[in-house]
Amino acid sequence: MLQDFRVAVVGSGPAGIYAAAALAGHEGVAVDVIDRLPTPFGLVRYGVAPDHEKMKSVAVVLRKVLEHERLRFLGNVELGADVSVADLHRHYDAIVVANGAAVDRRLGIGGEDLPGSFSATEFVSWYSGHPDTALDKFTLTAQTAIVIGVGNVAVDVARVLLKTADELKTTDIPDHVLAVLSRSSVRDVMIIGRRGPAHARFTTKELRELGELANADVVVAPAELALDEAGEAELARNAVARRNLEVLQTWSQRAPQGRPRRLHLRFLLRPTAICGDAHVTGMQFERGHPDGAGEAVGAGQSVHLPTDMVLRSVGYRGVPIPGLPFDDKRGVIPNAAGRILRDGAPVPGEYVAGWIKRGPSGVIGTNKHDATETVHCLLQDAPALPRRQVRDPDGIVDLLHQRGVRVVPWQGWEAIEALEIAAGRRRGAKQVKVAERELLLAAALSHPSLRS
Amino acid sequence: MTYVIALPCVDLKDKTCIEECPVDCIYEGERMLYIHPDECIDCGACEPVCPVEAIAYEEDLSEADAPFADAVRGVFAGYGSPGGASPAPKVPDPPFVLALPPQQHNDV
Repeated sequence: MLQDFRVAVVGSGPAGIYAAAALAGHEGVAVDVIDRLPTPFGLVRYGVAPDHEKMKSVAVVLRKVLEHERLRFLGNVELGADVSVADLHRHYDAIVVANGAAVDRRLGIGGEDLPGSFSATEFVSWYSGHPDTALDKFTLTAQTAIVIGVGNVAVDVARVLLKTADELKTTDIPDHVLAVLSRSSVRDVMIIGRRGPAHARFTTKELRELGELANADVVVAPAELALDEAGEAELARNAVARRNLEVLQTWSQRAPQGRPRRLHLRFLLRPTAICGDAHVTGMQFERGHPDGAGEAVGAGQSVHLPTDMVLRSVGYRGVPIPGLPFDDKRGVIPNAAGRILRDGAPVPGEYVAGWIKRGPSGVIGTNKHDATETVHCLLQDAPALPRRQVRDPDGIVDLLHQRGVRVVPWQGWEAIEALEIAAGRRRGAKQVKVAERELLLAAALSHPSLRS
Repeated sequence: MTYVIALPCVDLKDKTCIEECPVDCIYEGERMLYIHPDECIDCGACEPVCPVEAIAYEEDLSEADAPFADAVRGVFAGYGSPGGASPAPKVPDPPFVLALPPQQHNDV
């Protein structure tokens, strides 16, 4: 049995916390969960849409883990900036990196850097109150927005653009975001996919929600729902794709209700350019016909759609961490079942979990399975791993303090939460997020037990 | 409204979904598994992993499977919300499920 075994888990999103939970279940194992933000829960806090309150309630389960007696939260500590991989090896017997996939994939077409062209990540971070996103990043003076991508993130950003501020005011959406949404000029949102409808990656439940918006009609052209062989094959093996198509077909036959906003779902349009001189004015596509492989290629017909705003939602990739190997092509840390591989061989004591391990796929629950696999490997290796040099668990905290890092412990997060609950009371919401890093830190470090 | 397990699970109980559920809200009965409607967070992790496609969001259930949504509410009305299935005892199958004829399954 392991004794006095200490693990650093980097990242307090679902993958990190499920890894911590699987580890803390073993007596003799203690875990520090490190996050670069002062707040825990990763994409549950900064990715799950504010109106998906039921999904956000997974935080209730995640917080139970972080309150475990053999587990510490060390917030506002960034691996690679405040602390190095070598530091972690000195203070821990093993490291699990679960810091996610922080940046968006690009379309690789002209005009992508024009003002008015954004990644969906930027928009999600803004409406989620992520402390790294400027408060005035979005003004929503656009009348038309194009969302490129056919997954749940595209659905989230479209839904937030189409809902009224009134529909969102009882959520945890920050005040400054609510103010901008209440003045939004957006009338038409287009979700556009390169492939056919059978290959869309929506969860049916989330797709369906678009049809239930009080303020927006859904527009689908029946002709764009035609399937090719690959589409038919996908339907045959994928119940979710079948259900999605049924929902889309129902919408394609529904008459618009004359609501003030419209959501258009388009398929088989391959983006070729974002147009405009000083600002986005439109987007150029090549219309595909189903070609047998589910792709929209080669029809050669060019389609121009005017728009003021483009949000690309075509996936994420991880960011390299100094001191750890990186697969630049896939945007992940190379690994075998969670063991980090350097030149094809496992590195003793280094593991990965979540998106940085498998790439940006799956839903919250996928991470439990994923993290369990990693921890299984770690525990199998543990008896043979070289042990840490610094035995004292407070050594790492002392080191961080010496470096001037304002470490946020669990009580610091509880103080932030209390502030947000108070802010919620003023708006009739359970909690309203604070977005400014300095306000978060001021609240977190004001806790009486933290004054030294 | 929540995800619901329906007929294909009866007398099979593959349990892959239990591994996948991030909040441990899938409870076991004698004849099938049940998703706790108050504990489920709607993440949808269970839906695609079920090898017999027994799981769907309530609105997406076929007409034949619709009674499972009501049945599951009955199950948990008496059982409560333990906040996690793993240490909890088996839930009693509701009358609707008990009355179903034995289900045949090919290997999955």
